[in-house]
Amino acid sequence: MTEQMVLQVEGLKKFFPVERGFLRRVVGHVRAVDDVSLAIAAGETLGLVGESGSGKTTVGRCILRALKPTEGSIRFTYDGDQTVDMAQIDGRELRDLRRYANMIFQDPFHSLDPRWTVLDIVGEPLKLTNMASGKALEDRVAHLMDVVGLEVKHLRRYPHAFSGGQRQRIGVARALATNPRLIVADEPVSALDVSTQAQILNLLQDLQSEFGLSYLFIAHDLSVVEHISDRVAVMYVGKLVEVAKRDQLFFFPKHPYTEALLSAVPTPDPDVSKSRIILPGEIANPADPPSGCYFHPRCKYAQDICREETPLLREVEPGQWVSCHFADELDLVGAPTLA
Amino acid sequence: MAQDEHRAVELKMTSVDADDSLSNMSRGKLIRRRFLRHRLARLGLSVLIILYLMAICADFIAPYQAGTRLKGFKDMGPSPIHFGGDSGFQPFVYARERGFHPKTFREIYTENEDEPHMIHFFVRGESYKVLGLFELDWHLFGVSEDANITLFGTDIVGRDIFSRTVIAARVSLFIGLGGVAISFVLGCLIGGISGYFGGIIDELIQRVIDLLIAIPTLPLWMVLSAAIPRTWSVEGTYFAITVVLSIVGWTGLARVVRGKLLSLRDLDFVIASRLSGGSDLYVITRHLLPNFASHLIVSLTLAIPGMILGETALSFIGLGMQEPGVSWGVLLQDTMNFGALVHQPWKLIPGVFIVVTVLMFNFVGDGLRDAADPYSL
Repeated sequence: MTEQMVLQVEGLKKFFPVERGFLRRVVGHVRAVDDVSLAIAAGETLGLVGESGSGKTTVGRCILRALKPTEGSIRFTYDGDQTVDMAQIDGRELRDLRRYANMIFQDPFHSLDPRWTVLDIVGEPLKLTNMASGKALEDRVAHLMDVVGLEVKHLRRYPHAFSGGQRQRIGVARALATNPRLIVADEPVSALDVSTQAQILNLLQDLQSEFGLSYLFIAHDLSVVEHISDRVAVMYVGKLVEVAKRDQLFFFPKHPYTEALLSAVPTPDPDVSKSRIILPGEIANPADPPSGCYFHPRCKYAQDICREETPLLREVEPGQWVSCHFADELDLVGAPTLA
Repeated sequence: MAQDEHRAVELKMTSVDADDSLSNMSRGKLIRRRFLRHRLARLGLSVLIILYLMAICADFIAPYQAGTRLKGFKDMGPSPIHFGGDSGFQPFVYARERGFHPKTFREIYTENEDEPHMIHFFVRGESYKVLGLFELDWHLFGVSEDANITLFGTDIVGRDIFSRTVIAARVSLFIGLGGVAISFVLGCLIGGISGYFGGIIDELIQRVIDLLIAIPTLPLWMVLSAAIPRTWSVEGTYFAITVVLSIVGWTGLARVVRGKLLSLRDLDFVIASRLSGGSDLYVITRHLLPNFASHLIVSLTLAIPGMILGETALSFIGLGMQEPGVSWGVLLQDTMNFGALVHQPWKLIPGVFIVVTVLMFNFVGDGLRDAADPYSL
């Protein structure tokens, strides 16, 4: 692609060892993230979707190096043209890069230290990156409060005095504090009720156009991602199964799993008849994945080859990458209309 | 929508006093508020403050020294205190005379009602050393040399039990604090290492703790205190016993610290701080410690009575403090035989102090525990 890439992830793997017994013998690995590659352009939003246990949160945490990836490279471009592999650096070097990327968390009740005032919480990244202190810090935080739609006079309140939506705004303000290039939003609206969800999503979109942010937007259902994403990646048991432009993925899905997820998106129009695809069984255990295509035990189109050969992620249509043996042959049902 | 939300919150806020509202209160303030609302905790705290003040000013409050014998007045009951008469409201005692029961030959003390002896306040009496630096001879109360005042009676060699109880409080009350202080350092350090590093180190430390907890405490204390040389001074023994008590005491604290570290380590706000550029040390000192400090204080408070009871038990069976040192456990040694319990029940009064102290610590601990998490309603 010709546009400037903020983030290029290649072959990202994160295995968690399964330990047993007194001496913590490693008896196996949970392959939480298994060979994931993705890229996010400047000002773009990539939606990352998958059910719980699919490894989407782990991807986000590896990218921001809350976790150290087992393998792979995370090329991050900052300050215009500086590029660094986030997977290779540690300590001081990593901390110096913190100002260019930050995270918005899922649960607004756990992501704010209950003993700190809003001023301290939002100002923390500024203080830690030595970007501001004292009066300048207070001014910047007050400005951020204004940006995310909170009242400046509440600066010295503690998190317990705010509602869930307001807390999430505080979390957004904290993520924005250092003027980062990339924000990983880890299910930022799933803990909120629907009306508040819309507010936060709109806020995130406004901020994106205002500050030219790139988002990795993690969610567990497609309906949330639909509003905000330019492109969407679907994950299943640590692997990407389909990556495409939003409309392409919504109307012309090429992977049976995407089709199933799409059938679960609620439609506001009661006249549209929908056949909901109920997947049999549970998501595969990433410590002991099935042979061949991980999705085959739940896939209604599965054939012998699916049990034996692991499909590779390949470009089926321009810009649409799918890992399914039958991506070219299947005629799958997409979303009826964009809401 | 957003504005509606703000307006709703604002409405809520205006109903409470703007600056002093709950919203602007720090967690510390909320904890204090809730603690002070807990009635038993308030009682416990007041009683403990009085007890500790009593222990600190023990020499001043006690009319006699711990070793002073009132010659000829052994096993004497508490002095009856009289009011009224010629003196108006000033309390007085009568001097007492010893007689013997004609059959059992046990001492019987009768009051000589001819001459009242006024109880004077802020009098000069036996001299004592303050902090081992200078001598003082002021006492809170006392009577003239011709009579004596024994509020809790005397023991088998004629020493005033009230004076001894008050002076013993110094050892008994502060040994708990000392033991907990040592436990605190050990517990935080070892529990912190266990929780922070995890892996094999964690496993090893936890199994050692299992082992220590599995040994019945009394025999363990006995073995350890049997190792204290008899020739050591009172202060040396005191310190040694503190160490012995805390060797067992740190395990519980280490578990608390480890558990809290483990549960907080992966909370989102801790990750957020790291992602904002916080180093390990920064995250631990600024986010983790402040967040479980309140729980630590609760465990500490609840650990103190255990220490006090431990010292009492050791001294009671003769392995803790030794004469001439005094502690409540040492005083209770006098009640070991049945005869003393029946005929000189006042010798149990030091035991009442132990019960009250432990009870009050538990009240305070309860109150603190309820207050520690001010957001749970």
